[in-house]
Amino acid sequence: MKEPVVDLKLAKEHGLSDDEYQYMLDILGRSASFTELGIFSVMWSEHCSYKNSISMLKTFPKEGERLLVKAGEENAGLIDIGDGLAVAFKIESHNHPSAVEPYQGAATGIGGILRDIFSMGARPIAAMNSLRFGKLSEPRVRYLFDGVVRGIGDYGNCFGVPTVGGEVYFDESYHGNPLVNAMAVGIVKHDAVAKAIASDPGAKVVIFGSATGRDGIHGATFASEEIDEDSEAKRPQVQVGDPFAEKLILEATLEMIKKDLLIGIQDMGAAGITCSTSEMAAKGTGGMEIDLDKVPLREDGMSAYEILLSESQERMLAVVKKGCEESVKAICDKWDLESEIIGTVTSGTNLVIKRNGKTVADIPSDSLVLGGGAPVYHRESREPEYIKALQAFDVDSLPEPNDYNSVVRTLLASPNIASKEWVYKQYDHMVRSNTVILPGLGAAVVRIKGTRRALAMSTDCNGRYVYLDANTGGKIAVAESARNVVCSGAKPVAITNCLNFGNPYKPEIYWQFKEAIAGISAACLALETPVTGGNVSFYNENPDGAVFPTPVIGMLGVIDDIEHVTSSCFKKAGDAIVLLGENRGEIGGSEYLAVQFGKVTGRCPQIDLDFEGRLQDCCLEAIRSGFVHSAHDVSDGGLVVALAECCFLNREKMLGASVNLKFTGRADHVLFGEDQSRILLSVPEDEVSKLTMLAQKHKVPMHVIGKVGGDELVVSDKIKLNVVALAAVYFGSIRKIMAA
Amino acid sequence: MKFGVIVFPGANCDHDCYHALKHVHKQDVEFIWHKESSLKQFDVIVLPGGFSYGDYLRTGAIARFSPVMNAVCDFANHSGIVLGICNGFQILCESGLLPGALMRNNNLRFVCEFVNLRVENAESNFSNQCDRGEVLNIPVAHAEGLYYADASTLSELEADGQVLFRYCDASGDITAAANPNGSLKNIAGIMNKQGNVMGMMPHPDRSYESVLRSADGAKIFDSVINLLQ
Repeated sequence: MKEPVVDLKLAKEHGLSDDEYQYMLDILGRSASFTELGIFSVMWSEHCSYKNSISMLKTFPKEGERLLVKAGEENAGLIDIGDGLAVAFKIESHNHPSAVEPYQGAATGIGGILRDIFSMGARPIAAMNSLRFGKLSEPRVRYLFDGVVRGIGDYGNCFGVPTVGGEVYFDESYHGNPLVNAMAVGIVKHDAVAKAIASDPGAKVVIFGSATGRDGIHGATFASEEIDEDSEAKRPQVQVGDPFAEKLILEATLEMIKKDLLIGIQDMGAAGITCSTSEMAAKGTGGMEIDLDKVPLREDGMSAYEILLSESQERMLAVVKKGCEESVKAICDKWDLESEIIGTVTSGTNLVIKRNGKTVADIPSDSLVLGGGAPVYHRESREPEYIKALQAFDVDSLPEPNDYNSVVRTLLASPNIASKEWVYKQYDHMVRSNTVILPGLGAAVVRIKGTRRALAMSTDCNGRYVYLDANTGGKIAVAESARNVVCSGAKPVAITNCLNFGNPYKPEIYWQFKEAIAGISAACLALETPVTGGNVSFYNENPDGAVFPTPVIGMLGVIDDIEHVTSSCFKKAGDAIVLLGENRGEIGGSEYLAVQFGKVTGRCPQIDLDFEGRLQDCCLEAIRSGFVHSAHDVSDGGLVVALAECCFLNREKMLGASVNLKFTGRADHVLFGEDQSRILLSVPEDEVSKLTMLAQKHKVPMHVIGKVGGDELVVSDKIKLNVVALAAVYFGSIRKIMAA
Repeated sequence: MKFGVIVFPGANCDHDCYHALKHVHKQDVEFIWHKESSLKQFDVIVLPGGFSYGDYLRTGAIARFSPVMNAVCDFANHSGIVLGICNGFQILCESGLLPGALMRNNNLRFVCEFVNLRVENAESNFSNQCDRGEVLNIPVAHAEGLYYADASTLSELEADGQVLFRYCDASGDITAAANPNGSLKNIAGIMNKQGNVMGMMPHPDRSYESVLRSADGAKIFDSVINLLQ
């Protein structure tokens, strides 16, 4: 087959701009082959090059004493947790594939993030995911939601990683463009960390795992476009997952690393062989020669272009220490995995690709990669006009409800607040027998066997806040994820993030992106949780516009003594209920406005990061002192929803509560406002004085607002509801909608 | 006494079984690779949970042809103690060491949750540290856990005391609501007629110490250990 001649028109069809086409020719000093165009187009796609985001990502705070690998250096961040152990963790998006093929899109998203973790030598010990869909009342949304959940479950369950938590939100803005962000967390000994590098000329390059087929060609480019009517036709660009193969690859990879057989290793995700070879080569001296005739293929007649751009799943690229080639092969044989030597590290600077004995690509590897020659753009930004109008909305113009009890039931039934049990029951969340806090009870907690330690993790972002105020919304995403892990007894140590935005070429979108990053950075500095890496997903738009800007934060916390693990539910009748922080009645952007009035408007809650830090310190010190029976963050739905959850989250032992609040402003704003920096604690009555002293020490306001006990939730003269009945609403809502 | 935990490709609860036996029950335990053909040095064989060979076909359908399964059948036929958990139970049924079959859950979805089990026979090799009627809190995690057998097999199982555990509510009542997968007669675990081979869908390997919410699963391992001591 004769390959097309590369000209500007063809380059543009591949997504390159005029300038990028010229830049490619300048790098090569000649015309490009069709194969070379394919390589440049995927490596310079938004998905691989981060060309429109990297200048902003560099502004994230990346310093911290626990950081062993900084953001961007390896496949995932690496955090020291003591005992000679480190944690690798990262979150990534698989939004576009999931929009057209939810099951496989989500499944391969899980596969990809797991490979990122174990290619560093870390065994995955937990997975989480952060999901967003349109309104659950829409049949298409239920189809996507069901498919994504099944995809995540089937892949993670078979692979054998516990899916311990995450979040699910529903809002019209995500209609047609769901967000599927997957996070994985792994553990590795300090001396067993693997690198994604190719060095030592003469060392052999080995591919192992599944064979290469025509699936997923140009997946990375697809992820760098907006979703439109034609997207459905791109279903074949979505890859198919094989979790069994992934499990075998995991075991084989860890065995190779343990036996010290490798110079470097990287998984093949977006842009397949192209990306893994060029990135590993560029990280070393630059030279690598690959013979595509050696790559095990799933079908005949594949061209160099197709082999290089295939995104067939469950493949790894390893650079093997000289003399260890046989041992690597033996391990692959043991796990029934195909493996082939497909190339050699060279002393040159170019990535040289051969097919049928001929050189089909010869490109300086550094010119292809992020941090090397890949283009970097600073985009124009402009504050969107809608913001001022929404922020100016007078929330007092909305009527106060007559029946507060009915509002509480409506909020608890809202799929955004209701129990996600329907979801997490379909995920194996206990395999590896480390899960200490089960899903649905706050931050997830997994213990580390052989130590006293445990890890807490949480994913958070309220897209409405970011939509209303990108900077504040970014701050809150970090603060809330930190507050969540603090409530479980953990010290927040670092974050990973997945930044989901619209088309970056639109100045209003870029403004949201910049502002959110500024907010996240400020919060990470204040809370001393550096950014260890993550992922950017642009072009999240449907024909009606962009999704809410949604920078999802994945927070990691460390619990030094498993005795300190605390959950959110009330434990004992008679305990005092204490609110750390202040009620301010900030109702803008709340779930209450959304469910009661169908509005996403107003000023989102404000946050004082210095105060937030003191609040979290106070809560953690109280938990570590041993007298705190429960700790729960106040967030979506506000104070009453948080109180209700404390009452019924432990279904075996539900407890009522009676609470007395002083209302200075409107009662609905106080009861349902989502004011930041608030934590509900329950402590024995005779320990309240100790908490008072701690609150004074940290200069945090504290109010004893009520008492645990009875079988009703009673709040002042406004709310009086049976806890068991409330629980039925909360736990049954999503199940009922999905069964309809 | 020596335990062996079989490692099929795709097994993912092998480490949990190993950990529980070695570090909690302080037993001598070894992994056994699926290509092994002899089990002579072992006293108890554990078939762990997971997705052997991916379980893309019927669960356990491929694993039963694994080389080690010849040895397991031989071991069982010579009165060796065999314990199959979850996927292990499915493999034991596929290989004919236990009667009946495990089918797709009746709601056609994977289910992972803590369930209650009523101990139906407290004299067996696998339940002698429990009391009859005692309720154990142990989690399940499977997509194919609906225990099925024809009517005559079921009545034989019942008559011979081969049903060891049934799904029940917290107070020990056998109800449809307490049945996570639609198993006939709420059956969660059975043994063979000789009493040396047992299979159960719930995971004692995930509930062997209180930090995991329940330590009830330890009683099952303790029963086997007690038997052989």
